[in-house]
Amino acid sequence: MLLRLEQRPEVSKSMVYASPLIAVVLTILTAMVMFALLGVDPVKAIATFFIEPISTLDGLAELCVKATPLILIGVGLALGFQANVWNIGAEGQLIIGALAGGGLALAFYDHSSIFLVPAMLVSGVIGGMAWAAIPAWLKTRYNTNEILTSLMLTYVGLLVLSYLVHGPWKDPEGQNFPESRLFHESALLPILIDETRLNVGWLLALLVVVAGWLLISRHIIGFQIKVIGMAPMAARFAGFKEKRLIWLTLLISGGCAGLAGVIELSGAIGQIVPSISPGYGFTAIIVAFLGRLHPVGVFFAGLLMALTYLGGDSAQITMNMPNAVIGVFQGMLLFFLLASDVLIRYRVRIGPHKVQAEVAE
Amino acid sequence: MSVDWLIPAILTIVTAATPLVFAAVGETVVEKAGVLNLGVEGMMIMGAIAAFATAVSTGSGFLAVIAGAGAGLLLALIFGVLTVYFQSNQVATGLALTIFGLGLSALIGHSYVGKTFEGLAKLDIPGLSDIPVIGPLIFGHDGLVYFSVISVIIVAWFLNRTRAGLLVRAVGENHDAAHSIGYSVTLVRMGAILFGGAMAGVGGAYLSVAYTPLWVENMTAGRGWIALALVVFASWKPWRGFLGAYLFGGITIIQLYAQGMGVEVSAQFLSMLPYLATILVLVVISRDSAKARVNAPACLGKNFHVSV
Repeated sequence: MLLRLEQRPEVSKSMVYASPLIAVVLTILTAMVMFALLGVDPVKAIATFFIEPISTLDGLAELCVKATPLILIGVGLALGFQANVWNIGAEGQLIIGALAGGGLALAFYDHSSIFLVPAMLVSGVIGGMAWAAIPAWLKTRYNTNEILTSLMLTYVGLLVLSYLVHGPWKDPEGQNFPESRLFHESALLPILIDETRLNVGWLLALLVVVAGWLLISRHIIGFQIKVIGMAPMAARFAGFKEKRLIWLTLLISGGCAGLAGVIELSGAIGQIVPSISPGYGFTAIIVAFLGRLHPVGVFFAGLLMALTYLGGDSAQITMNMPNAVIGVFQGMLLFFLLASDVLIRYRVRIGPHKVQAEVAE
Repeated sequence: MSVDWLIPAILTIVTAATPLVFAAVGETVVEKAGVLNLGVEGMMIMGAIAAFATAVSTGSGFLAVIAGAGAGLLLALIFGVLTVYFQSNQVATGLALTIFGLGLSALIGHSYVGKTFEGLAKLDIPGLSDIPVIGPLIFGHDGLVYFSVISVIIVAWFLNRTRAGLLVRAVGENHDAAHSIGYSVTLVRMGAILFGGAMAGVGGAYLSVAYTPLWVENMTAGRGWIALALVVFASWKPWRGFLGAYLFGGITIIQLYAQGMGVEVSAQFLSMLPYLATILVLVVISRDSAKARVNAPACLGKNFHVSV
């Protein structure tokens, strides 16, 4: 083979940041080719996808609304992924968090209190944490793979949601639609800009980014997370408590997902519906990787992925393209990212091995 | 008291288990070669839509299954190129494969919603298939059911009794050693990954042309993940995987029959059973961590790169 990979003496810092950009450019180019093959004008399609949705104030507000859950979950997942804890059930934790918060809103339906929203948020965090605590407990106690358990629990969470909106939590005056009552005014998150859906949740997401950044770069726990991910043996030697970190990263990511769920519910939707999230929990996995598992990176990646949701919506409306094209984009982006990440640790060399020559130098 | 319900019940178990058998047996070979492909769900759903689209447009069940296998194989090819040649993280790449597969299948399947296909033909041997009880149970399935059993036999024989199977296992246990005695880790892994993809594709095809011959978005409903759990449950042994799949088929049947027997439980709770059972099975099988380590291929999930 003419092309071969040569290990770099140390990881390339510049490639760490260049790789996501390469991936985005490659995704857009591939998408344009795809559109051309489908007989759609590629330039127009890309404009519809990436520029049109954010050309108005309302569009920008909507971008932040969509980015809020992605950033929240992404920051939490990034912490876990750095420690090699693979929580991929954030979607389920989001749903259970939303139900924990939304349940409170329904329980105090007739009351108006300024404490209701904070209580809902806390309840959402606890709900998400509780759902993530199951894989954490199973992993630390029974050595069970958290990838599979957290994912199975996502399906269970979806069914719990379906049961509640079809059964006990169905709006009694709702003509049998599987939806809860509309939340009372005091159960809704305050709106930041009038006439838009931009709410306080966005500020909470920013807060979580800062907190995540402080934790990972300024706190001993962040250091332990990084060591355990990169050199598990060294971490064991240093006496870091691995089980405690598994618990911690799962609870944090679960709590973040739960918070995202309740914000989505009381900020953007305003009632409990059968589909609370269009797969934010799964997309956040891509967000975490695209953001280099770093909270600040996750922030930008979250905005970009939110844009693909908006773009998908606008492509559906103006070009009659099915919404599923979003998933194709997102998966493709992650493929290109993972492929270009090879350049972080390896150089591409042309020609056969030249071992002797290198030794001679 | 009649046992009239027994034969249809067993037949339902068989149809529910067959897609899992395909996916789990394929993934067993992949993991035996030291590769963890979490994209089974994505490959299955692509297999499902490719098979259904082919079935609708050609009317041929045989071509449909081939198309399903081809679609799974193509997706596995992406995974293989990324993890084997580009050294990408296997967990992340597998997840990407699932997200991509679910999206692409929905995109392709958009125009196939509501279309129908009469389903795979059942075996019908005059005389044999008409024998009461034994006839329908042994001679009354569609071709893929028999093929799934045969594939388990072949894979078990291949892994344990052939030189090539030994090589696959060697690559999974210690890729450096296999490389140093002159075998191509890259080729063995690519082969295993492609085989796993084709099998997952056939499993998906079974769902859309035999189990419920129609197209629904996300119709795999986590079966790819259950297949992954089955591989762990089976301690990477094909026959145990087969058994596990039938056990899960049995759980599916509880779902269908419980309401018929007048059990007052919401449909949603019954639908949770396979997922909860998966968790339970994983707990039981992994609680003894020493034993779990012995059974798992030692290089599972680790990438291989020739360091000169």
